[in-house]
Amino acid sequence: MSAGPIPAPAGSVPATADDTTSQANDGPGRPSRIWAYLAMILVSAFFVVPMLIVLATSFKSGAEVFTDPGLIPRDPGLENYEALLTGGSAFYRWFLNSAMVSVAGTVLTVVLTSMSAYGFARMEFPGRNLLFSLLITTLLLPSVMFLVPQFKLIGQLGLYDTLPALVLPGIAGVFGVFFMRQFFLGIPVELEEAAVMDGASRLRTFVSVILPLAGPALATLSIITFLAFWNDYLWPAIICQEQCTLPPGLRLLQRQYLADYGLMMAGAVIAAVPVLIVYVIAQRWVIQSVTSAGIKG
Amino acid sequence: MGLRNYQRLLDPESIHFDRFWQTVWNTVLFVLMSTPLLVGAGLGLALALNQKIRGRNLFRAVFIAPWTLSVAVVGLTWWWMFNGNSGVITLFMQELTGSSPGWLTSNPWAWITILVATLWWTIGFNTIILLAGLQAIAPELYEAAAIDGARAWDKFRYITVPQLRAVLLLVITLQIIASFQLVGQPQLMTGGGPPAAETTPVLLHIFNTAFAGRRELSLAAAMALIVAVLMVAVSIINFRLFRTERA
Repeated sequence: MSAGPIPAPAGSVPATADDTTSQANDGPGRPSRIWAYLAMILVSAFFVVPMLIVLATSFKSGAEVFTDPGLIPRDPGLENYEALLTGGSAFYRWFLNSAMVSVAGTVLTVVLTSMSAYGFARMEFPGRNLLFSLLITTLLLPSVMFLVPQFKLIGQLGLYDTLPALVLPGIAGVFGVFFMRQFFLGIPVELEEAAVMDGASRLRTFVSVILPLAGPALATLSIITFLAFWNDYLWPAIICQEQCTLPPGLRLLQRQYLADYGLMMAGAVIAAVPVLIVYVIAQRWVIQSVTSAGIKG
Repeated sequence: MGLRNYQRLLDPESIHFDRFWQTVWNTVLFVLMSTPLLVGAGLGLALALNQKIRGRNLFRAVFIAPWTLSVAVVGLTWWWMFNGNSGVITLFMQELTGSSPGWLTSNPWAWITILVATLWWTIGFNTIILLAGLQAIAPELYEAAAIDGARAWDKFRYITVPQLRAVLLLVITLQIIASFQLVGQPQLMTGGGPPAAETTPVLLHIFNTAFAGRRELSLAAAMALIVAVLMVAVSIINFRLFRTERA
């Protein structure tokens, strides 16, 4: 009976206290508040202006980059984008490759890691804990160790410079297994027991009972995985010659088109826009994934 | 015979010795420069975002946006900003002072440009984690301190820092690990130079040894293992230090 009213004021007291303090600050503290805004706007400019400069440069073709250094191009044009994206160009292939690798990689990673995470969370089998500890240990090892062995393995599989070479090493994501397992452990076992009593198989229980509950976790994992595949630079730079993705492609552009800065910046814009769109739409999950990546360490 | 590659890296007489250990030192130098910068600035931004100001979610979104980009985009962006050939910052400096340093081709500027690009790229990550830590501190602590007449600095020193310790240590540890992996920024911005290997981190040296030129895979694998051992050692020392500090 008394439990009802007590938490209510306890919760509302700090809120009202906050309100009064912030109102009080508005009076005598106004100059410092203006300074705080100014500082925030300056810092924001540090993050935004380079992006705007890249965008502006991408609309200037050829020598315009040198004759017109302004932030707003005098004679904006899409020549650079047209040159990059005409069918059959190398850049066009990198773009398609990036799209295919990121989508396939994300789907495969989410399916594989969530299934194995479920196994580690719920199924009893000999060696389970040992296997899981081994997985976690690989998370602690620096990834530089794996570059040469993975390169040799991909070569031995005959996959050098192919799309599977860009997808396969990433899909056994240990972080995904760890992350999803944590989530599955938080789901009450009773929910599954009811399904099992009704005669549902393991797979069926997983698909129709567990997965629907895992929506937010799957969204977070999908987004972090998509960003990782789309942005990956080092591994594709090692393994690709013709079948590259955009990040190593940008480096090839940089080496090939010595001073055609407009063209390179158009390439950078094309590589940046998809992830920025994902970020704007799914900001909440991106931020969540940062926090969970923090928990991982 | 199996240990020949390690001999080549550990014997001071070997031609591989100097280049390898110079690049290891370059990476260590970057870790030492970037960790205080990125953790300190990240804490500053987190404290700013923890204030009651309107539009702070928008500011937060802006601060993290570059973190979603590929290192290739980041490297290319700042390579163009600092470019000696019509780059905005170079033009600006020439306008302002009549001349501009060769940002990407002379030290210490080459390192500074790499630090600026890294700050721009990843500071949002540190900021978010530290902000979450700040928001987990009980407001009652600050209220009690305010009643006792504590100043802003005292609150920071005696409440924020101790309460934030665990999160701060986590961010420092993650930053050290991340800074050890430096490779893309110098590869795209300075090419590892000024002309020689002044800004070549060891990971770029491994990359060049294994996947460019003579493709000495075994030698590169030996380098990678030595680096991995160093990294694990640093992690253990790091972990120990913070543990004893807490006890």
